[in-house]
Amino acid sequence: MNEDTKPQAITIGVVGNPNTGKTSLFNRLTGLRQRIGNYPGITVERKQGTAFLENKAVTLIDLPGTYSLASNSPDEEVVLDVLCGQMAKEQPIDLVLCVVDTSNLQRNLFLATQIADLGLPMVIALNMWDEAESNGVDLDINQISTQLGVPCVATNAKKGTGVKTLQKVLQEALETQPRLNKTIWPKSVEDATDYLRDAIGEKHNLSDAHLRRILFDAESSLTDKLGWTDVSKKHFLTEARQFLLQDGLNPLAAEALLQYKHIEKLLKGVDRKSVVRNQRTESIDRILMHRGWGLIVFGALMYLVFQSVYSWSGPFMDVIDDGIGWLQGSVGSLLTNTPVLQSFITDGVIGGIGAFLIFLPQILILFFFVALLEDSGYMARAAFLMDKLFSWCGLNGKSFVPMLSSYACAIPGIMAARTIENPRARLATVLIAPLISCSARLPVYVLFIGAFIEPRYGPWWAGFTLFAMHLLGILLSFPISWILTRFVVKTKSSPFVLELPPYRAPKLNDVLHRMYLRGMDFLKTAGTIIFAMTILVWATLYFPRPEKVSQETTQSFVTELSADRSISVEQANTLLQAKTEESDALREDLNLAIENAYVSQSYLGRVGKFLQPIFSPAGYDWKITLGVMSSFPAREVIISTMGIIYRIGDADEESESLRHAMAKQKWDNGPRKGQPIFTIPTVLSILIFFALCQQCAATVGVIAQEIGWKWAVFSFSYMTILAWVLAVATYQIGMLLL
Amino acid sequence: MNTLRQLKVGTHAIVRQIETSTVVGQRLLALGVVPGTKICVTKIAPLGDPMAIEFNGCNVSLRRQEAEGVFVEMES
Repeated sequence: MNEDTKPQAITIGVVGNPNTGKTSLFNRLTGLRQRIGNYPGITVERKQGTAFLENKAVTLIDLPGTYSLASNSPDEEVVLDVLCGQMAKEQPIDLVLCVVDTSNLQRNLFLATQIADLGLPMVIALNMWDEAESNGVDLDINQISTQLGVPCVATNAKKGTGVKTLQKVLQEALETQPRLNKTIWPKSVEDATDYLRDAIGEKHNLSDAHLRRILFDAESSLTDKLGWTDVSKKHFLTEARQFLLQDGLNPLAAEALLQYKHIEKLLKGVDRKSVVRNQRTESIDRILMHRGWGLIVFGALMYLVFQSVYSWSGPFMDVIDDGIGWLQGSVGSLLTNTPVLQSFITDGVIGGIGAFLIFLPQILILFFFVALLEDSGYMARAAFLMDKLFSWCGLNGKSFVPMLSSYACAIPGIMAARTIENPRARLATVLIAPLISCSARLPVYVLFIGAFIEPRYGPWWAGFTLFAMHLLGILLSFPISWILTRFVVKTKSSPFVLELPPYRAPKLNDVLHRMYLRGMDFLKTAGTIIFAMTILVWATLYFPRPEKVSQETTQSFVTELSADRSISVEQANTLLQAKTEESDALREDLNLAIENAYVSQSYLGRVGKFLQPIFSPAGYDWKITLGVMSSFPAREVIISTMGIIYRIGDADEESESLRHAMAKQKWDNGPRKGQPIFTIPTVLSILIFFALCQQCAATVGVIAQEIGWKWAVFSFSYMTILAWVLAVATYQIGMLLL
Repeated sequence: MNTLRQLKVGTHAIVRQIETSTVVGQRLLALGVVPGTKICVTKIAPLGDPMAIEFNGCNVSLRRQEAEGVFVEMES
């Protein structure tokens, strides 16, 4: 492990409900001394930092925000496992810092009492103390501390008040080990846990607190780990719960009832306005959640978010693009004597760095807005407004922002799916996000529609086709999500019980902090994967590279030239060496021919030729197939590959010469010999293939980072198959109709 | 007895019983929606689902289907 988690380091776990300002307080205590990652094997974010108390450095773990320890979601499981010291590679927790929203003591203390039940010492931060005071709640911190039995500190994480005191109190608590006054469980609960202990046996050394979780929770993940069969599970649980039923307790409600009764006692005499009304939030909600105005504001805000990711990132991406290009040029010119090394360094290494760096502006900008939306409390409202659109197919209202961002680029979109608490909906959102037509598809659409649809059917149909291509992916994404969540994704769903927190002004520091951590995480994890993939793709396109390919191509080029111009081979050779403009053009043509020859016999090129029969039913010849193959790392690459294959040189989507070259292509063998290759069915088939196929190594990399390699491979496979099936169907039906 | 789903916007009610075997029921219990809690439907989303409810000063969004497991008595 690393220096932050040396053995014997003191570890404090920071827990709390969502929306309590927990992360804000964590940032206050640790500053920039933080690292984020994932818990091994699961997609729960792990955040660790170093805090300096009065005279010692301690490790702080920011655990996911949860309402309960009932392990109904991966987040809750992580909190329970870490607190119990059962998480692999995690230090045991020495002290818990429980962050509480002062305006909502009762609800927040439920989690605290559950943690106290585990036997851990605790300090409570009564956060947003002043918000409660301004809402008219009159609290006495000493009274609360005394009644709860643990030191409580009034804090305001945003302003930083109370943080100094908190550091001091944490330091003292490491010595004094204060514990919250626990619930005294009735005898029936103890009988039931005793029964469970015997039933489970010595093998699993479980504490009473663990046994109570198995007893109380409807679907505890702990129970799944016991190795019971379904029958014995049902038997043991029914028997154990019988003790409670005989005592007149509903086993599945008993914990909440008893704990809330206990909390009631703990808070006796503490002022809690039964309903703390937040007037400001109510009046803002009258507009933002209004069925007319609410939707208008939502539309406007989402338009702003989309614009920022789509357009504002442009200049930054251009700078990165130009910088990479400049670096490739200047480093490349130093290595002209060693062509293999030159290509490796410029196209492989520098190209590989550019391949992931280019996504950074969009990620940072999107996460700036995501953090603003979440910290202000609006994100939950947006999800509330949109949920109905998504709920029928296993997604939820929080899928909106990731899907919208995916119109710009799937990378930030997939990362934004982290805001979805429900693990199943999150997984489904990540899996469908790449179907949505991203901006990298646009040049491909423009090239083919501009070359074939517009000249033949006019601008109206061209526009319509472009629009339809943008709609295709999103329209398919809903039914696909429906299928995935019903038949493929086994991850447990969690309810859409979403807190609508009071509106609060976001703190710029926290927002920037989040943006920074997200960006660093992307560079370190997905960046490495994308870099490695770029090198791999470079190698399969570059090798093998025998000298004779170049010689043979030059020879046949010269032969063709002499035949074309009716000159001798020597004359053709001389013409090629001359210092005229015409010869320059010829030499450029020759270089393209050589490059083309190398690409076609490269490993990837060979795969393309080998796979050509598979793409034949979609109407593609081997050149289009090669173009499609070469664009798997990044779809827009097809345009430059086409430029090489049709010997145009540097081509972009507006390039007239490329359009002419494509229009002139004819089948050179087979039943359609002499007919044009690019007919309308073929063009539509290509468009549909590009609209649906996951031709983006960076997307595969980021899916692997977010939900694991298994799903990354699945996502790539299902999209490729889907794209192929619909491309073939389009071509075959098109050939029948046209 | 009515379920929470049937409540109109703005009506207040008292929770009498909760379907506890569902994950939703468990989550609501953890949030403090125990029998005896006063509850109010504050809003219904523009598309008809979900609904926003308020209890103990907490605002929560709940799908209407999920609200079927909460049995309430109208406050007179």
